[in-house]
Amino acid sequence: MRATEPALSTLPTHRSCPFDPPQEYDRLREQAPVSRLAFPDGKIGWLLTRHQDVRAVLADDRFSSDRSRASSPLGRIPLRPHEPEARAGMLLTMDPPEHTRYRRMLTRYFTVRRMRALVPRIEQIVEAHLDAMERKGPPADLVTAFALPIPSLVICELLGVPYEDRAMFQRWTSTLLRLDTNEKAALAARNALRTYMLQLVAAKRAHPDDALISHLIAAQDTAEETQAELTDEELGGIARLLLVAGHETTANMLALGTYTLLSHPDQLRAMLDHPESVERAVEELLRYLTIVQFGVLRVACEDVEIAGCQIRAGETVVASLAAANRDPEHFDRPGKLDLEREFSQHVAFGHGVHQCLGQQLARVEMEVAFPALFRRFPTLRLAVPPEQVPLREDMLIYGVHALPLTWDGHSPDTLHQQTPSTGG
Amino acid sequence: MKIRIEHDRCRGAGQCALNAPELFDQSDDDGTVIVLDEEPSPELQDSARLAAALCPNAVIRIIESCEA
Repeated sequence: MRATEPALSTLPTHRSCPFDPPQEYDRLREQAPVSRLAFPDGKIGWLLTRHQDVRAVLADDRFSSDRSRASSPLGRIPLRPHEPEARAGMLLTMDPPEHTRYRRMLTRYFTVRRMRALVPRIEQIVEAHLDAMERKGPPADLVTAFALPIPSLVICELLGVPYEDRAMFQRWTSTLLRLDTNEKAALAARNALRTYMLQLVAAKRAHPDDALISHLIAAQDTAEETQAELTDEELGGIARLLLVAGHETTANMLALGTYTLLSHPDQLRAMLDHPESVERAVEELLRYLTIVQFGVLRVACEDVEIAGCQIRAGETVVASLAAANRDPEHFDRPGKLDLEREFSQHVAFGHGVHQCLGQQLARVEMEVAFPALFRRFPTLRLAVPPEQVPLREDMLIYGVHALPLTWDGHSPDTLHQQTPSTGG
Repeated sequence: MKIRIEHDRCRGAGQCALNAPELFDQSDDDGTVIVLDEEPSPELQDSARLAAALCPNAVIRIIESCEA
């Protein structure tokens, strides 16, 4: 197979349905699965759209995740990733063995068992937010009332970040994830978040608590010689990454997932009738929605052949997770949401050494939140016409900016009025 | 069937412990894989294959028995 088509001038971005990736990906996957792609910096790289190629590249150590060497497909300015204080602790853009050192320190805090142990606390948090929604009554914006605060509070408690500071870090995160943020604003947001985390790390050194940042500091104090100590910049970088990744992604899955479920009422009902099916349903929503909408970047460290195409050393490859997750070679009827789908080898969390560290946390949050929301409000529905739901096509992480919902309130007064009078 | 592990490759994503909890767990020390049963009984062999297929770092190798 050869890339004979002219290079694409941009990543496909136009969606014709809010739940489907741009249709252009289907054409590319069929006609030019390893496409040439022109980047705004003038370089030409590659776009991968097949499940097997995406998985292969993400598991191949001949490709680097070091973003300072990559071209950016969306014209976003890489935030001076070569600066040491910007790199410290940012394991997502590191390669082994540097990446391995950080990942090994962190993995034990995100195991299946540890995340399952959080379920009772997550249930409390979810119920408290549902209570607040019910008290206030319809309508409500699900993003601000439910989808954003729940994962924010969960990751704050896990890391030891004061939840009172959420307005600040949610704003910085939003600035960093907007596609049209200029360099000055992006640097300002990153530096504000960096300074905030450095101060927090200093505070944890002085007054440790029982959360992750303090645990990482304590682990350092008892570290063996093989494990060099983490600097405050590294600790701050790790905390920054976990905070941003920990609330923004799950928040968007909760809001967009709710919108999706509301649009598929039969499947939603079946899921609620069979609580044991929720895990599978969450897995299917992850595949179907793939909110890391522009894929992930890799840079070839040497010449590599992918599906007959020669990728040259130094060229940037965009691996489209969304296109891979709709590949009909791998998934039966990939365009159909099927909450009963079994065995999903989806790549919504990525693949290879960087596969999402927090994936088990994201799963338990969704497994608790979706059923609880629909059980509390069985008549939940959109409060606006679908075309008025603002989509996050302008953000690195896809989803909805707001999801106005309403439901039938059942205050005691309303019930009383509806009771037919029999007393004449 | 036998399960073999390339432990050095494990990054603790947890796919195995999630999808085949009878066969795999994660270490409390570093989150990496622990095999609970290296020779799974027939009813668990599909789970073992699933865990191997889902592992993002190809840590799990399944050696199918030659016997019919």
